[in-house]
Amino acid sequence: MLFEFPWLSLVIWLPIVGGIAVIASGEQNAELTKRIALTFALLTFLVSLPLWFGFDASTAAMQFVERSPWLPALGVDYYLGVDGISMPLILLTTFISIFVIIAGWDVISYKPSQYMAAFLIMEGIMVGVFSALDAILFYFFWEAMLIPMFIIIGVWGGPNRVYATIKFFLYTFFGSVFMLVALIYLYFQTGSFDILGFHEVPLGLTAQILIFIAFLLAFAVKVPMFPVHTWLPDAHVEAPTGGSVILAAIMLKIGGYGFLRFSLPIAPDASAELDWLIITLSLIAVIYIGLVALVQQDMKKLIAYSSIAHMGFVTLGFFIVFAIFQRAETAGAVMGIEGGMVQMISHGFISGALFLCVGVLYDRMHTREISAYGGVINRMPWFGAFVVFFAMANAGLPGTSGFVGEFMVILAAFRADFWFAFLAATTLVLAAAFTLWLVKRVIFGDTANDNVAALKDLNPRETLNLSVLAAATLAIGIWPKPLIDVMEPTIDNLVQQIQVSKLPDGAELIAPPVARLQP
Amino acid sequence: MTTLTPSISASLLAILPELVILITACTVLIADLYTRPDQKESNHSLTIIGLVAALLAVGFIGGSVPTAAFSESFVRDPMSDLLKGAILIVSLLTFVYAKDYMRDRDMWVGEYHVLLLFAVLGMLIMVSANGFLTLYLGLELLSLCLYALVAFDRDSKAGAEAAMKYFVLGALGSGMLLYGISMLYGASGGFAFADVAAAVASDEVNEQILVFGLVFALIGIAFKFGAVPFHMWMPDVYQGAPTPIVLFLSSAPKIAAFAMAARILIEALGGLQTDWGEILVILSVLSLALGNVVAIAQKNIKRMLAYSTISHVGFIFLGLLAGSEQGYASAMFYSVVYALMSAGAFGVLLLISNKGQDVQELDDLKGLSDRDPWLGAMMALIMFSMAGVPPMVGFVAKLLVLEAIIAQGMVWLAIVAVIFSIIGAFYYLRVIKLIYFDKPITEVPVVTSASARVAITFNGAAILLLGMYPAALFSLCQQAFAV
Repeated sequence: MLFEFPWLSLVIWLPIVGGIAVIASGEQNAELTKRIALTFALLTFLVSLPLWFGFDASTAAMQFVERSPWLPALGVDYYLGVDGISMPLILLTTFISIFVIIAGWDVISYKPSQYMAAFLIMEGIMVGVFSALDAILFYFFWEAMLIPMFIIIGVWGGPNRVYATIKFFLYTFFGSVFMLVALIYLYFQTGSFDILGFHEVPLGLTAQILIFIAFLLAFAVKVPMFPVHTWLPDAHVEAPTGGSVILAAIMLKIGGYGFLRFSLPIAPDASAELDWLIITLSLIAVIYIGLVALVQQDMKKLIAYSSIAHMGFVTLGFFIVFAIFQRAETAGAVMGIEGGMVQMISHGFISGALFLCVGVLYDRMHTREISAYGGVINRMPWFGAFVVFFAMANAGLPGTSGFVGEFMVILAAFRADFWFAFLAATTLVLAAAFTLWLVKRVIFGDTANDNVAALKDLNPRETLNLSVLAAATLAIGIWPKPLIDVMEPTIDNLVQQIQVSKLPDGAELIAPPVARLQP
Repeated sequence: MTTLTPSISASLLAILPELVILITACTVLIADLYTRPDQKESNHSLTIIGLVAALLAVGFIGGSVPTAAFSESFVRDPMSDLLKGAILIVSLLTFVYAKDYMRDRDMWVGEYHVLLLFAVLGMLIMVSANGFLTLYLGLELLSLCLYALVAFDRDSKAGAEAAMKYFVLGALGSGMLLYGISMLYGASGGFAFADVAAAVASDEVNEQILVFGLVFALIGIAFKFGAVPFHMWMPDVYQGAPTPIVLFLSSAPKIAAFAMAARILIEALGGLQTDWGEILVILSVLSLALGNVVAIAQKNIKRMLAYSTISHVGFIFLGLLAGSEQGYASAMFYSVVYALMSAGAFGVLLLISNKGQDVQELDDLKGLSDRDPWLGAMMALIMFSMAGVPPMVGFVAKLLVLEAIIAQGMVWLAIVAVIFSIIGAFYYLRVIKLIYFDKPITEVPVVTSASARVAITFNGAAILLLGMYPAALFSLCQQAFAV
């Protein structure tokens, strides 16, 4: 019964229908509008729970599959399904969306119904991205996601919002159209747009490398990886709090998800050939962007750069597997990818919470300049406690979810190369430096000025938001096993898959131990 | 002689939609003489009834088996059914959108209806042409009406200039086409597309003359489409002509132009596909490049949409040059979809033009979402569709074309097309930015009639729903080219 019912379609379309209902309710009765929006967000989370409870964690096969023809002339299907990689991300989406709606409750006074509707529609589309198993359906959701975000930043954003939102749109659009060409090319290799079919098809090395680069353009922009990360600080700074939360907590994960769903299994040989590129870019992101974060004057920008550095960890975890193969090992490979996945989920909670914290301050003081604050804890003790907690989590304190992912990736990196691990581990220092310094300047010290002296502590709504996110961060930090158990079979399967070469001349191992080690 | 009678009646049945339009046009022409200037509502109603009746007639006589009429000079087939339906629907939208605008400016006279109806008639004939003569007949009927319509605002200097330019260049284009037709006639000895196709297939024809004719015919087609480098008339005509006329000019005739291209290139000269395919590669790449890049520099929205049209023509040509059934079907899909989008975009411009003040500049759209949220949303939807963002139908149209050309191994062409799509996305986004992110420069509320609002809603819904369920329309397009 649990499998027959189209749960995935429900999770996709319920919030979209909710968004339309919210728009239809008009701007006259803001309170009613918000209630409808919250109801739909809660309902969506509820109907996404069966995905977790009904999930069979013993198999790597797709579950909750729905398939019906959509554009038969091209072999495009409405084809949905989840595995251990996408299911946790869908739950993250439906979970975080609730807090986004709540966070906008009192703050958004300009066209609240359109604001809420944009986020609900966005939620449905993002779930669609994670559950699509047809390449065109995936691309459909992937691009459609831009529209609500474009509007969210452009309408409810800060002073420089137009520049930021157009930059955001064009960057991501630029990245993704090449992916479309690659997808169509793959269609002619397999005869359908079935993503799982793409995983099987043999491809020559040149084709693989071109496909890999096309995917890289799309996913690297989304993640974002150095050097195509420059849209992110702009978008974050200008976006309203809710927009920043969605961007950091979920949209960036879509890039990471793309690597796991497309790049690695479709072009494993090219991934192995070009792993040095990704690893280098990831390490640059971890170290250089970490240093850049250190000197930011704007709280949101600082957290945005910290997101880039953390996502560098994710991509490092994904591609370190090829370096491990080169040493003719496979032991740490699963751990690297798992670490990246845990890091993505955990970063969803932590960065979302940090942006909510900045939002709390911004709503009171209308500035995000670090220098405008100081001694906030004197006036907002509860808030101060939460900020310190999330800052510690961001720095990777053991016991919080931030630690689990980073630790796994660093362990995996040790299996590949000591220096990778060494460089990656600098993040522990850098992240601690920039977050703790931020906390020191904003939260601690003497009350800086009269504005700070007039601050009021968290209202119940904000407390609720931050407590739930803190609980989630702690839960994964202390007991990550359920999450890892769910992902394990899928990632095992993925690692097996990418070890087998897809070059047409036979199923040799990607890393023939000896040949690879010779210079 | 008795044997002719059933064939005549069968022929008359085949041209039922054309007859309906012809009768409507003549009725309006005469009825207009007997109505007082303040009672012109009847013209409008008659026109609408005529178009709807023609639409029903298309559905009534439609079918998958082609029927030829009038000694094979006219053909009704699945392609003509679909294209006629699209032309009639888009024309209906035109009349509804334009009503208030034309009435407010004292241009809502009988001649406007008559000219537009004859233009529709010309398009229907073009779509169903089975030979070069019929095709040319329809084309000239359409063009002459359009020349007059562009200059319809008698007191507008820009309109007169645009009409002059359009007429001279259009006549040149027609001349080129005619010259090409004469060459093809000389080489094949026939006007019917089937005769020319047979001549191409046989080895006895002088191929040089055929190719010579092909080039000139293709120039004529490119002129009518407005493909680079034969696009010069478009920006000026779009800017100078009254907006309702531009609305009409930019939508339905593109469908007819597609029919012309399909009939000439595929039916008659399908055997020379390698020759015209190469020419179309150049035309389409130039159109994509120039259209998308130059559009960015425009401040006048009508001019911007003219360059946008040019870039869309590039995409339609991409589908054609793929040379496969899939490619032709995708080009057909694109033309129909483009006509819908263009009608919607100009429709919004018309609806927000207040009495005495035309929407000309991009800045006139500022804050449209505050002035009228619904129209703002429709315009944004159309712009996203033109930029090719899902879930709008513009994305599906682009996808189908890209797929068709990648199927032919022309991946580089697909990459060129997507790069220019990215560039193009910028100016569409700018329109959305003006609508949503900027404050209005005027607080004048937008006044529209209920019928126009229904029409724009229908138009927007079509763009969205066709994007989500493209299968039905595309399978109709495929039927048109199924052997």
